[in-house]
Amino acid sequence: MCQVDEEYNGQLEHRVTPRVSKKCVKCKENTAVLIIRAGDAFCRGCFKEYFIHKFRAMLGKNRVIFPGEKVLLAVSGGPASSSMLSQVQEGLSRDAPKKLRFVPGIIYIDEGGASGQSMEERERAVAQLESVFRATNYHYHIVHLEQVLSLPSSVLDAGSSATEKPQTGSSYKAAVDQFIQTKKNQHPDLSVENAQSHLSSLSMHEVENGVTSPITPEHTQALQKLFASVRTLTAKEDLLHTLRQHLILHTARTQGYTKVMMGDSCSRLAIKLLSNISLGRGASLATDTGFSDPRYGDVVIVRPMRDYSSKEIAYYNRMFDIPSVFIPGLDTKAQDKASIQHLTESFVTKLQTDFPSTVSTIYRHPPPSCSTLPAGSS
Amino acid sequence: MAAPIAIHLEFGGGAELLFGSVKEHHVTLPNQSEPWDMKQLLVWIRGNMLKERPELFVQGDTVRPGILVLINDADWELMVGVLPECVLCVKD
Repeated sequence: MCQVDEEYNGQLEHRVTPRVSKKCVKCKENTAVLIIRAGDAFCRGCFKEYFIHKFRAMLGKNRVIFPGEKVLLAVSGGPASSSMLSQVQEGLSRDAPKKLRFVPGIIYIDEGGASGQSMEERERAVAQLESVFRATNYHYHIVHLEQVLSLPSSVLDAGSSATEKPQTGSSYKAAVDQFIQTKKNQHPDLSVENAQSHLSSLSMHEVENGVTSPITPEHTQALQKLFASVRTLTAKEDLLHTLRQHLILHTARTQGYTKVMMGDSCSRLAIKLLSNISLGRGASLATDTGFSDPRYGDVVIVRPMRDYSSKEIAYYNRMFDIPSVFIPGLDTKAQDKASIQHLTESFVTKLQTDFPSTVSTIYRHPPPSCSTLPAGSS
Repeated sequence: MAAPIAIHLEFGGGAELLFGSVKEHHVTLPNQSEPWDMKQLLVWIRGNMLKERPELFVQGDTVRPGILVLINDADWELMVGVLPECVLCVKD
């Protein structure tokens, strides 16, 4: 989402209309700085708490990420995935009370070949993102979209689940307890916290950070030919999404990741939901937009940013200086009616301005299980 | 009320593409008899700063849906009702 902000230098003040400056609805003391949902005003501190808590609650409630698992974070550089990255950092950091416990890796897919960017622009974007990734100290992979053309077709097969992982709550708790016990036994002189950083530093040094081999202009041309053969922007966007998904999946499988975290916000998912219905993908709505997508078998895709609206993410990034890089995509500056996805986005966003509960209504409708969809749209 | 006002504008999240890919701008709003308000500011931006595709930034009286506006790092919606009516003035 675009963002405009203005600051006035010390000589100015703005006088508000007769409305008194609002207090935060949570602590009731500090002045509110933003409104989320349908009118709740939060101050800076309470908003930060709310934001961080929501992320951990999302992971804790769903209990699909087991301790010690390797999780691949799909970061596009945009605000939502950058926010997700910072939340993961926050959750894994030492001073978090109930620390998250998994081993993260980052993947960034350079799609410049498909959206017609020049090599310099792509390299610049990659360099910016690399500096962000290096600051996290997590293992990262930079993959160019051109590589999807040389993937084996076995990427389309659904793998079987690597190990039997019963999903009941008690087993999850048992797994967590066992993990803590093992860590304590293995490194009696190290605390659990040190063990975690030890583990992540191990993965850093074992393998080179995955910046894949440079691509040749022929590869780029082959990719561009592929996209040029697709006539409508709708189909191009769909193709791009599919190719991206395959690349992420392939990387996860070859590098041993069992989970992938995608940074789709609830606004993005609501738009995706409606566009998918228009594109004829109604049957897979629950897995396309739900929290977890187990269709690939051995790799499960989760969406922890699912409950955040794009406004919340944008404000959080701005207030707490989360770095994000804007990379133009296929539909940047396109006309409203250029593609189904773009039209749906403009429809939902416009409706959301006047009816702030639009997005939450849309994406809460499909049932959590893969059963039938309620007839008609919301 | 009539003095020119200096403001600092920042664009992000892709909005900067409409302003020549420059994120930060320091501008001075010219003299005028009535106090400046947000609606007039947007009109001024549209007329003087936007390089292309005005319909992607401004829609009618206000910004296009989806564009978030912060004034001094606080939500614009907090300060106004629906229409931009907050008044800018110079502090002594």
